Amino acid sequence: MDSSITRRTGVLLIIFTFSSLLRDSRGDVPTIQTGGIVTILPPVNPDNAPQAYTDAVQEKMPVFTMNYQRIQIPFEITLWVLLASFAKIGFHVYHKITIWVPESCLLISIGLIVGGIMYSVHEEPPAVLSRNVFFLYMLPPIVLDSGYFMPTRPFFENIGTVLWFAVVGTLWNSIGIGISLFAICQIEAFGLQDINLQENLLFATIISAVDPVAVLSVFEDTSVNEQLYIVVFGECLFNDAVTVVMYNLFNFVALMPEVEPVDVFLGVGRVFVVGLGGMGFGVLFGFVAAFTTRFTFKVQEIEPLFIFMYSYLAYLVAELFNISSIMAIVTCALTMKYYVEENVSQHSCTTIRRVVKLLSSISETLIFFFLGVVTITTDHEWNWSYILFTLLFAFVWRGVLVLTQIINPFRTIQFNFKDQFGLAYSGLRGAISFALAFTLPENIVRKQLFVTATIAIILFTVFLQGISIRPLIEFINVRRTNRNLDTINVEIHCRLMEHTVAGIEDLCGQWSHFYWKDKFMKFNHKILRKILIRDNRAESSIVALYKRLELQNAMEILGNVSEDISTTPSIVSLYEEKKSSAKPKKTFLATDVKNMHDMLSKNMYKIRQRTVSYTNKHALPNDSHSREILMRRHTSIRCSLRPGSFQSSVVPKSHKYFSLPAGKSLDVKFPPGGKSCTDDLETMSEVVYHPRPSRFGRLSRSSSRAMMPLRRLNTLTEAPSVNMLDERTREERSKSGRGTSRKNSSSSDSHIAAPHRPFHSYVENDSSSAYNIRSGHREVEEEQQQPPPPTRAVTPRNNAAQNPLLRRPQWNPKK
Amino acid sequence: MRPDAPRGTAAMGASQTRNEHKYHDLADKSGFSLEQIENLYKRFQQLSDNEETISREQLDSIPSLANNPIKKQIVEAFFDKRNQHHNEVGSCGEIGFEQFLMVMSHFRPPSLKTTEEEKETMRKVKLRFLFNMHDTDNDGIITLVEYRKVVEELLSKSGNIEQEAAKAIADAAMLEVASTNVPHMAPDDFYEGITFEHFEQILKGLEMESRMHIRFLDVDTPTLRCGKSTS
Repeated sequence: MDSSITRRTGVLLIIFTFSSLLRDSRGDVPTIQTGGIVTILPPVNPDNAPQAYTDAVQEKMPVFTMNYQRIQIPFEITLWVLLASFAKIGFHVYHKITIWVPESCLLISIGLIVGGIMYSVHEEPPAVLSRNVFFLYMLPPIVLDSGYFMPTRPFFENIGTVLWFAVVGTLWNSIGIGISLFAICQIEAFGLQDINLQENLLFATIISAVDPVAVLSVFEDTSVNEQLYIVVFGECLFNDAVTVVMYNLFNFVALMPEVEPVDVFLGVGRVFVVGLGGMGFGVLFGFVAAFTTRFTFKVQEIEPLFIFMYSYLAYLVAELFNISSIMAIVTCALTMKYYVEENVSQHSCTTIRRVVKLLSSISETLIFFFLGVVTITTDHEWNWSYILFTLLFAFVWRGVLVLTQIINPFRTIQFNFKDQFGLAYSGLRGAISFALAFTLPENIVRKQLFVTATIAIILFTVFLQGISIRPLIEFINVRRTNRNLDTINVEIHCRLMEHTVAGIEDLCGQWSHFYWKDKFMKFNHKILRKILIRDNRAESSIVALYKRLELQNAMEILGNVSEDISTTPSIVSLYEEKKSSAKPKKTFLATDVKNMHDMLSKNMYKIRQRTVSYTNKHALPNDSHSREILMRRHTSIRCSLRPGSFQSSVVPKSHKYFSLPAGKSLDVKFPPGGKSCTDDLETMSEVVYHPRPSRFGRLSRSSSRAMMPLRRLNTLTEAPSVNMLDERTREERSKSGRGTSRKNSSSSDSHIAAPHRPFHSYVENDSSSAYNIRSGHREVEEEQQQPPPPTRAVTPRNNAAQNPLLRRPQWNPKK
Repeated sequence: MRPDAPRGTAAMGASQTRNEHKYHDLADKSGFSLEQIENLYKRFQQLSDNEETISREQLDSIPSLANNPIKKQIVEAFFDKRNQHHNEVGSCGEIGFEQFLMVMSHFRPPSLKTTEEEKETMRKVKLRFLFNMHDTDNDGIITLVEYRKVVEELLSKSGNIEQEAAKAIADAAMLEVASTNVPHMAPDDFYEGITFEHFEQILKGLEMESRMHIRFLDVDTPTLRCGKSTS
């Protein structure tokens, strides 16, 4: 009996190997499948196995029993998921495949192959995809994913266009296709007269659900302009909502014996009730969820659960009232995301993002996979004319050209022809269409034809358009937006521009979304944040970015654990995530990582690191992460080698000044209380682990432990005999050798000197003491003319900073 | 301000023909359409209490601007002669409608017809505008002090950010600029500040032309304007 299970697993592995080796000849098929396929989803044979046992042991206590029936459903589902996931691994064996062929294509292909195998052994596909299963379990993760990862800012900037395309576009699509198809059905030669208008409309609705996941990942890769991206993203999201509403509506109508005009109006009214009602529930649950997370910091292990439960609850309640559940879950995710991510801990935040991605990718994978299987194994009703005309109309009625002509005058950044082409071409049909078609009620006469036509159009668009869109987008050279501008300057100037524009708008009395954004932000600060966020510290996006950069860098320095950083929402796609996860990572204990977070985020590494990494434009940004640490160490070691030199000559010649010399005059000018006090404080904090009031609110929570992780620095090998004399040469060498990868980090990097370290000390020193900069405007200007004399003002700080480093050996035993 | 509004419109109607000619000139200069100019003119009169010129105090007292963290810089930009494209420097005490319009013209959105070169010039003009906002002493360089001030002000409205943080951010940003632009700085070098070229460099990837713009209305929107004048 045991063998049955092992055999099944074996079969699974065989299938996996088979599917991942797509390039192999198809000749293998029969030999493999005869062996095992029968058993992957065997017809349940309850009597056989146990019987044999009872015969053998007769009335005695059975030593070994087996009850397959009991576990059949979850077992089979698990196997299916596993198979699909294996297939996904398989795609990445040869990584170039996934660049040129969208994953959905590959999944469908695998599905087709598995379907072919099952067909040849006359196996029925598992009937897992029922209407309820789809709507209650498969759909929510998919929409939650797109709702949660919706890039909020561009979305609200383009909300008009997005809704225009999603709502009007979908209606236009489904009604246009429906009526045209109905016209086709009137032609006798095709033999389609029995399809009435309602059914045609129903079908048209199904196939107007676009699902451009594949397109989006292409768009992201080629970084097309933001407007185009967000319109496609938003379209796919809200279009699902509209489609499902329409689907339910037409499903209802199609089963009615006759339709009266008043029903049409009722239907339209219902669409609005359903849509707006969904939104209302979404917002409500979103706020409740955000409010709940205010109190979850004691139960961090279940923090992410709240997010999922509330979103799902929103979905279910909306289902309960038969209003748009997609709308509900999407608005719920949109509403709560901002607040939740501030409330929950870093790890929960990561978990939430991961799990959202995970669930949705399971769902989608399964649907695509299943699509492949069903394509082969079910009986089709193939009607050339209907299917060809469907394809034709789907293309014609995509209607972007017309719709953009209408919306363009209302947009400041208008869509040019290339953008329109991109929009039109991104009309891929996908998982949702298929699931909707597959779950059509049985009493629709030509259901099979509809399923066939849907599959045809999905295969056509996914394969043809999905594969060709990347070359095409690159070929026509759509306007692009650089989306990887994570620099402080850019962020500052974005804000500067936003405020300027808002101000100018105020001045000329013409308001747009900047005005509303301003109003909302005010409301948000005054009321919403106070209620919903536990640790209410208003935070500008500049500060947020700054922190994130620091943190990110700090983490990267210590071994690419960058996975854990996701403090601010960004446009994260599955694809991107995948890329990042491809990086090698070391494993650290969770507590270690946390400590590192705390310590490093406190110390502004990123920024100083950037100075190094940007020196060579062609170098990858993570080339020289560990240098910062080394800089500190070098300086400290240097100092320790020359005791007594702190007083005057320590400030090395390699000091680099930015606008202001080393904060000296300010210190001199505002010395007595302030300076010494802060210096002392800092010294203490660094040496005695005294919790020092951090600049950055949230990060300070556990700053008392901040210095602990310094022992981690052991990962970098020590360069014990650093000597002042060859400092220069080494520096030069380091500059020339900047392009070298950091992968061989420790040993090679330890040769690199610390050109920027002095600035660091200056920054800290200055920021701690020069709080009077505003009033001290005059002094500051004076000061600029002064040469930068090395002073004692800097040295105490040096001293303080290095002490912990010198102590390091004492901590070693703790490791 | 409210009671003045009708009078302003009437006065303008009387001198319609004279204005017509003037508007054409302005349209050529600033690139606005006649309707937009007319709209802006109405707004200008509203702000200036039907005077020919507008003063700092008048702009300062616009209530809806009160919450803008960089209000000072914005108002200053209007009186900055550098933004008038006349190769003059310094600032003036009062500005007329033409100057008002020229400053506004920095915010014209690109249309479908603008060519790449035009976009490039627009971008440069916009960048220059931003640069001038930073560079208060007009020496062609944004020093750390100037930069800090702007950052501080940007952050000033967003709650209780400590000054230190603002400073640290400005410093970091400055350092970023320095290292992007002067990669091989000798140890003794002193980075005085951001020049315009460096400024261009750091914002290279940023889509200025599609972000820094305003929809100037072609048609009159009395409702908005009413709401405005009462506020």
